Amino acid sequence: MTDSKYEVVIGLEVHTELKTNTKIFCSCSTEFGGEPNTHVCPGCLGMPGVLPVLNKRVVDFAIMAGLALNCQIAEFSKFDRKHYFYPDLPTSYQISQFDQPICKNGYLEIDINGEQKRIGINRIHMEEDASKLVHGGASIATSSYSLVDYNRGGVPLLEIVSEPDIRSPEEARAYLEKLKSILEYTEVSDCKMQEGSLRCDANVSVMPKGSKEFGTRVEIKNLNSFRALKKALEYEVMRHIQALEEGEPLIQETRTWDENKGITLSMRTKEEAHDYRYFPDPDLVPVIISREWVEEIRRNLPELPQARKERFMREYGLPAYDASIITSSKALAEYFDACVALYPEAKTVSNWLMGDLIRSLNAEDQDIRDCRIRPEMLVEMLRLIDNKTISGKIAKTVFEEMFQSGKKPADIVKEKGLVQITDQGEIEAMVDQVIEANPKSVEDFKSGKEKAIGFLVGQVMKLSKGKANPNMVNELLRKKLK
Amino acid sequence: MAVTIKDVEKTAFLARIDLSEEEKNKFTEEIKIILDHVENFVDLNTENIPPTINILPLYNVMRDDITRPSLDKNAVFQNTSHEEDGMFKVPKIL
Ligand SMILES: [Zn+2]
Repeated sequence: MTDSKYEVVIGLEVHTELKTNTKIFCSCSTEFGGEPNTHVCPGCLGMPGVLPVLNKRVVDFAIMAGLALNCQIAEFSKFDRKHYFYPDLPTSYQISQFDQPICKNGYLEIDINGEQKRIGINRIHMEEDASKLVHGGASIATSSYSLVDYNRGGVPLLEIVSEPDIRSPEEARAYLEKLKSILEYTEVSDCKMQEGSLRCDANVSVMPKGSKEFGTRVEIKNLNSFRALKKALEYEVMRHIQALEEGEPLIQETRTWDENKGITLSMRTKEEAHDYRYFPDPDLVPVIISREWVEEIRRNLPELPQARKERFMREYGLPAYDASIITSSKALAEYFDACVALYPEAKTVSNWLMGDLIRSLNAEDQDIRDCRIRPEMLVEMLRLIDNKTISGKIAKTVFEEMFQSGKKPADIVKEKGLVQITDQGEIEAMVDQVIEANPKSVEDFKSGKEKAIGFLVGQVMKLSKGKANPNMVNELLRKKLK
Repeated sequence: MAVTIKDVEKTAFLARIDLSEEEKNKFTEEIKIILDHVENFVDLNTENIPPTINILPLYNVMRDDITRPSLDKNAVFQNTSHEEDGMFKVPKIL
């Protein structure tokens, strides 16, 4: 990968499902997960004689995404038919945009080892999603037949095509993360990769450093998690370098990522060269986008990640590092905002979010929007620490329990008997017990070894099952050992 | 314009239509006549004429994003006997 003899060239094509109520060309619901074929009509089933009518919100969302990604918004745009035979497409053509996409020439900036790098966006176009296929057998090739659910057919998509400016799998991942974050902020898509509302294909080639000619280009389909994107690209780059080293030929082809085996596989061997026969869809009239329309959307553009990061640094005094992590996800930033509205110690909130919360979410592969700990619960826990009901250490236990069960912190503290011990007599008794049991450490401390006190405090905390107030333990020990 | 039997075979393949040898010859002739007719336009000066995307003088025909009821399940499957688990059954794909 870090082989300096070669240069890696990557471009990404990202499809994102738009969060509209209805499909792009008919009024069927776009709701995810309905009974098969219950969100269909003669239009999206491809019946003859039905005309598509464009959903205005799709155009609004495309303009919004284009502005957020620094694109030029076309004044004139049109829809074209892209033809291919596949059962997920009832008309045998997909309505898409060919040579006059709605947005062009944009960019976004990624952070690579502390430096900003600009990745160009070639174009963004609007199109309809294909339907869902269910295969009876283990795979499409071993199934004797397949089943089609047309609910997803006609759901609006944006296809966002990057320039081949990406130079490593790490950069590819950073680009996809940033793109997802921006799309979430604009609220044009919920970007749930698990549900397929954000999907990614990658074009990759490898050439000797300094070469003017690109290497053989391979397309990898269906990279539907950040992990898959990075792993598949790492594998593919390695495969290309190996072939170049050994003088083996590479074929321009489409490959798929096999998550289980950790390799890419050739998808079709006898694939006919694509001949999509694009032509303007005669059932749809052009879209003319006035500058007033664009400006109105620009005025309503929500706060984007970079702006929010700067606001968090300015308003809450967060360090740049904290601010960029918390604002990388819109949902996390909103969670933070909600906490700080109730509890103004922003840095304390940030520490819990960046530590225990993110760690727990990652461990369970959970989205913050599904997290059982709601902002008011986290704040309640912070108040229990402040009023000395629990120690910071016990708070970790309370946090863990809240995360698992969704119970309120006060209830957890009561149920599990986690209330901090602040009774002087009770702590004193434990301190005496520890002094008695550890004459060596007591001796060490008295002879000037400051470190020994830490051990003794630890012993008292252990004896109290973490519930003794650490400050009181410390004070009492020092008083008794004077 | 030169149209060969190969062009007709490719067009038939793209449309998934099986043609007999006789039909291939027939269509090669007929398509040639159509294309020769279109060839007449090549001589016209179209320099300042924008491409015709649609013959209707219309643009921005759009609807609001409001759901309307979808088809009843019986209606969805009324034209097929190939239903299984509420889905359309199609032949082996690959
Ligand atoms: Zn429909």
